[in-house]
Amino acid sequence: MSAIPLLEVRDLKKHFPLHGGLLGRQTGAVYAVDGVSFTVNKGETLSIVGESGFGKSTVGKAILRLYPITSGEVHLDGQRIDNLPGPHLRPLRQRVQVVFQDPFSSLNPRQRVGDIIAEPIVNFGLASGSELEDRVAGLMDKVGLPRDAVKRYPHEFSGGQRQRIGIARALAPGADLIICDEAVSALDVSVKAQIVNLLSDLQDELGLALLFISHDLAIVEHLTHRVAVMYLGKIVEVADRRTLFATPHHPYTRALLSAVPVPDPTAPRNRIILRGDVPSPINPPSGCRFHTRCPLAHDRCKVEEPVLRDVGQGQMSACHLDTPLG
Amino acid sequence: MSSTTLHAAAPELPDVLPPRKARGRVAMFAYRHPSIFVGGLLVALILASAVFAPWLGTVDPTALAPAKRLRLPSETYWFGTDMLGRDIYSRVLYGTRVSLQVGISVAFFASIIGMFIGLTSGFVRILDTVVMRVMDGLMSIPGILLAIALMALTRGSVGNVIIAITITEVPRVSRLVRGVVLSLREQPYVEAAVAAGTRVPKIIWKHILPNTLAPITVQATFICASAMITEATLSFIGAGTPPTIPSWGNIMAEGRALWQVKPFIVFFPAVFLSVTVLSVNLLGDGLRDALDPRMAKKI
Repeated sequence: MSAIPLLEVRDLKKHFPLHGGLLGRQTGAVYAVDGVSFTVNKGETLSIVGESGFGKSTVGKAILRLYPITSGEVHLDGQRIDNLPGPHLRPLRQRVQVVFQDPFSSLNPRQRVGDIIAEPIVNFGLASGSELEDRVAGLMDKVGLPRDAVKRYPHEFSGGQRQRIGIARALAPGADLIICDEAVSALDVSVKAQIVNLLSDLQDELGLALLFISHDLAIVEHLTHRVAVMYLGKIVEVADRRTLFATPHHPYTRALLSAVPVPDPTAPRNRIILRGDVPSPINPPSGCRFHTRCPLAHDRCKVEEPVLRDVGQGQMSACHLDTPLG
Repeated sequence: MSSTTLHAAAPELPDVLPPRKARGRVAMFAYRHPSIFVGGLLVALILASAVFAPWLGTVDPTALAPAKRLRLPSETYWFGTDMLGRDIYSRVLYGTRVSLQVGISVAFFASIIGMFIGLTSGFVRILDTVVMRVMDGLMSIPGILLAIALMALTRGSVGNVIIAITITEVPRVSRLVRGVVLSLREQPYVEAAVAAGTRVPKIIWKHILPNTLAPITVQATFICASAMITEATLSFIGAGTPPTIPSWGNIMAEGRALWQVKPFIVFFPAVFLSVTVLSVNLLGDGLRDALDPRMAKKI
């Protein structure tokens, strides 16, 4: 593990203000991401998992600076990037790219595939003329697209192929970090496997770091090095893949893992069924955010917010059950 | 299972399949997009009759012949003559020029101006509220009233009619474009372009503009149709094209007094107006169905 992580996120917060009333005053906020810290090392895959609406995608978009963050810091290779003004930020965009969930809306329907892949290369002035064509062709080979796709439009391709186009575009500027925002969630199972394998092959070949945002634990287990579990805008547990899947610590992680379907109908299952509704990120619960649904919650959880603590072997968990009072 | 039983179950096919119906490209297009085909054909016919009016058996549409006034449609006067003995057929055909000129110009200028305003207010959020409230204000005045008011400020001429109707139509295009821009801005491919370092002007030019063209084209055809109706209305009430120029509205206005005894004076320009508006609307409907980018390749 290198000394400086490729990406370091410190106490990232993103609140979306809510406006209401006649004068459009701010009446509240959606606490989409509320103090999240993690690191991604070079060539590593970190997965962020959790239910829908818990701010996973917001983390990704905040790192990409698709919108300004409320507070916190984002460091890329030791350099703080969250407060950089546009012109200084632009060269760094080359290093962080994104693959979105929906293979249909993530490609401009009026742009040819070749132009889509070439766009970042042209933007950063990395190549032009025949060199550009060669680079685009090389990228298409790398992601397994037929060469004749250059002149065709996205609507002529299937979901899986479109996602390959999106991956080629993300690779085009020579990024070190690719944020995969539910990149395989919209695909069929078999296609999903192909794309996941493609991503791991590319990672091995190019030494890419991946920030893999997903709600699909089966896929995550297959591909990730480390996992961060999010609940309502907070990270509740971070651990190596093996540790997390073998010995989940946080009650939410345990519930989440117990919900993963097992492809064996006779296997004994121990589902932990969570009661109650998901609390709203507009008005998050006090104390531990999970206490409203946690089967093990006690009085302390309602008032005091637990912090992430090392519970051994690099596993971090934010739960009062790990730290007895005193 | 043996192959014989399979054979028995299968329906018997004729030895020679009937030859596929040979269809030309035009027939194929007409089959797939009937409303574009019919609407486009009619628009083309009307356009041709406007352009080639002098060669289509017309006489001078303003030539007076009081001795031959109020003739019924006949071999010499196909659509009859009006109260001043002018040939209605010639007047209607020349009137097509005015209507099409107004319709096409208004559609063109309103689209360009509306596109510019819509893009600006979709991208520059500070201007958005102000610009859109101005547009709301313009839209709250009925189009025809606004056009009459604007015409009252100026001299009656075809150019001024075009300007007046364009001003009334701009807010609709602006709103449409602004709405499309706002929804496109949120599209993942625009976010991906931002992440890929594409600068704002290029994002507008490459990602936003091409995707607004289809709805604008469709809207333009509807504006063309509605501008022709507005022009005819303005001319009919005497607030539009000056009476020295034959336009459908003028012809109808002049025939109005005699409507009960000589209905053909009003009838022919009215039919031309209705058919023209119908065919432009048909074309617009067809374009709206066809301009889906996912369908584009199938044409």
